[in-house]
Amino acid sequence: MKTYNLPDEKGHFGMFGGRYIPETLMQAVLELEEAYSEAKREPEFQAEIQRLLKEYVGRETPLFLAENLTRHSGGAKIFLKREDLNHTGAHKINNTIGQALLAVRMGKRKIVAETGAGQHGVATATVCALLNLDCIVFMGEEDIKRQALNVFRMELLGAKVVGVNSGSATLKDAVNEALRYWVANVDDTHYLLGSVMGPHPFPMMVRDFQSIIGKETKEQFLQAEGKLPEAIVACIGGGSNAMGMFYPFVENEEVKLFGVEAAGEGVQTPCHAASLTKGKPGILHGSLMYLLQNEDGQIQEAHSISAGLDYPGVGPEHSYLKDIGRVNYRSITDGEALDAFQLLAKLEGIIPALESAHAVAYAIQLATQMNETENIIVCLSGRGDKDVDTVRNKLKGAE
Amino acid sequence: MNRLEKKLNELKISGLKAFVPYIMAGDGGIEVLNERILLLEKFGATAIEIGIPFSDPVADGPTIQQAGIRSLENGTTLSKVIKELEKFRDEISIPIILMTYMNPIFAYGIEKFVQDINNAGVDGCIIPDLPIEEEELISHLLDTADIELIRLVTMATPRERIERIAKLGKGFLYTVTVKGITGTRNGYGAEIADFLKMVKDISPIPVLAGFGISTRDQVDQFSSYCDGVIVGSKIVELFANNDLSQIEELITPIQIMNKIM
Ligand SMILES: Cc1ncc(COP(=O)(O)O)c(C=O)c1O
Repeated sequence: MKTYNLPDEKGHFGMFGGRYIPETLMQAVLELEEAYSEAKREPEFQAEIQRLLKEYVGRETPLFLAENLTRHSGGAKIFLKREDLNHTGAHKINNTIGQALLAVRMGKRKIVAETGAGQHGVATATVCALLNLDCIVFMGEEDIKRQALNVFRMELLGAKVVGVNSGSATLKDAVNEALRYWVANVDDTHYLLGSVMGPHPFPMMVRDFQSIIGKETKEQFLQAEGKLPEAIVACIGGGSNAMGMFYPFVENEEVKLFGVEAAGEGVQTPCHAASLTKGKPGILHGSLMYLLQNEDGQIQEAHSISAGLDYPGVGPEHSYLKDIGRVNYRSITDGEALDAFQLLAKLEGIIPALESAHAVAYAIQLATQMNETENIIVCLSGRGDKDVDTVRNKLKGAE
Repeated sequence: MNRLEKKLNELKISGLKAFVPYIMAGDGGIEVLNERILLLEKFGATAIEIGIPFSDPVADGPTIQQAGIRSLENGTTLSKVIKELEKFRDEISIPIILMTYMNPIFAYGIEKFVQDINNAGVDGCIIPDLPIEEEELISHLLDTADIELIRLVTMATPRERIERIAKLGKGFLYTVTVKGITGTRNGYGAEIADFLKMVKDISPIPVLAGFGISTRDQVDQFSSYCDGVIVGSKIVELFANNDLSQIEELITPIQIMNKIM
């Protein structure tokens, strides 16, 4: 592949991306873009991010050969990139550290964020506590029920959690409310978006902050095996852990990249969150991307057992990478994810987030189609403590 | 010349003010769209803004969100609204402006949308999630069809950007007089007056103030600084409560002002 250098200066990845937002937000988004491009080139800013990632988050995270899982699957070796070992238990904090430091640089001491599973909300509240910033988090009422512990965590960390009742009362509606809040408070507030979505520069900036995952992985694997892996697998909600993992490998065409969406009850049913598999290009939350929508362009509700994948869109860069065929997008059902969740716990002593369990489930399928000299790396985006209740209830219900 | 441009120019030349009400198409059923437009025309509306419901209206406050939900529950689609307009456009003499988020247009097909609204006699379009940076997606097609793309400026838009937007502007410059979504009001008095006067100074086309205008006093006050007002949430609410006399009341100050002129 020739050099990959996207987005363009207007934030487009081919036809995808852009800035489809109300005029009230344009100035803020333009200022953010300028502030980010300045900060990016400044060694002190980068050094401060690196320091916090090391000393506060605990990076670098290990790359672990899951021997038991490999033996069980039969086929390619499966490695786990342990983002679950980050402070707060997921990859989300890689992004919140970067954006919060940028907000401080811009003189904005108030932060608004959306959250689905609550992981991004917790990661945002955590960094706001550390940097002494005001924090308000919008969260769908449905998710508040599913992820009650994370709500309490955010409150412990000093954030204000605001329930959202509109629409499906999940992540998409939390984004709507966070955007409305930002429109009204744009002077002193930074919107700390949690994934590679939204208007430019968010998809690019969040990708850059998350790219630490792929950079470390590349070095670690090269060091251990002296080559690049044959395949990489990551789950896709908005797409941030996947983009962070994939980005440093995009030009290495010999590395196959697999993004795993939530198939919910099955992509042939109306209850799934497989935007790339079943959606059509459309415009939501500031960006042109693949979207679950009806033929009139009304956004449809997404369904997944995992709150963090429950989003009807997917980042514009993934939309582009699908269309050019660089990344393969697959989907995994609730049931398959539940199986992988338990399997990884039993075989490796690692309880993965339900989101990450989707990636694990697909990696197991993929491993069986590959041979023993080949290697798969799974981005284990988070740990599963937050999901233990959900899984217990599901398993009880199934008995 | 485009009907909307013509109408606003006529008002401007005679020093009269514009009153543009917003209604949500399909709220109360698609059947009442025609009669509501005719009623507003009778009350003295200069033009009418017709909202297309969208599942995720990020620029709108609770009143218009709820109206959109009711409309979607009634089965309203962009295509039904266009067909309805086409049916009775001849009965209406004032200009019609469609206000829709980008995704329903995108799903409909941008070229087909422009072609069909042209056939239905639509005079202008407001797309609240389409800033000038992205407008190429549709602006050249609207230009060719002589349908005016109404640009917005807000209190968060810096002066140089207002100048750029005003220069591109067609029909009128939609000036958002709140920092926030529709139906809210968080600023009064001097700040808004100064802002509207500045936009007036800059803009080569008529300037209309909108967002959060809900009382007779505000209609009166805001229209004195610019070329007229757009009233959305309040009209939507009054229609939902079937309070037609209040709607007439809202338009009155403009009528009075126009009589004095
Ligand atoms: C552990 C974990 N993985 C993945 C995701 C999905 O987000 P993304 O696709 O942006 O990585 C989430 C979102 O909450 C999450 O908590």
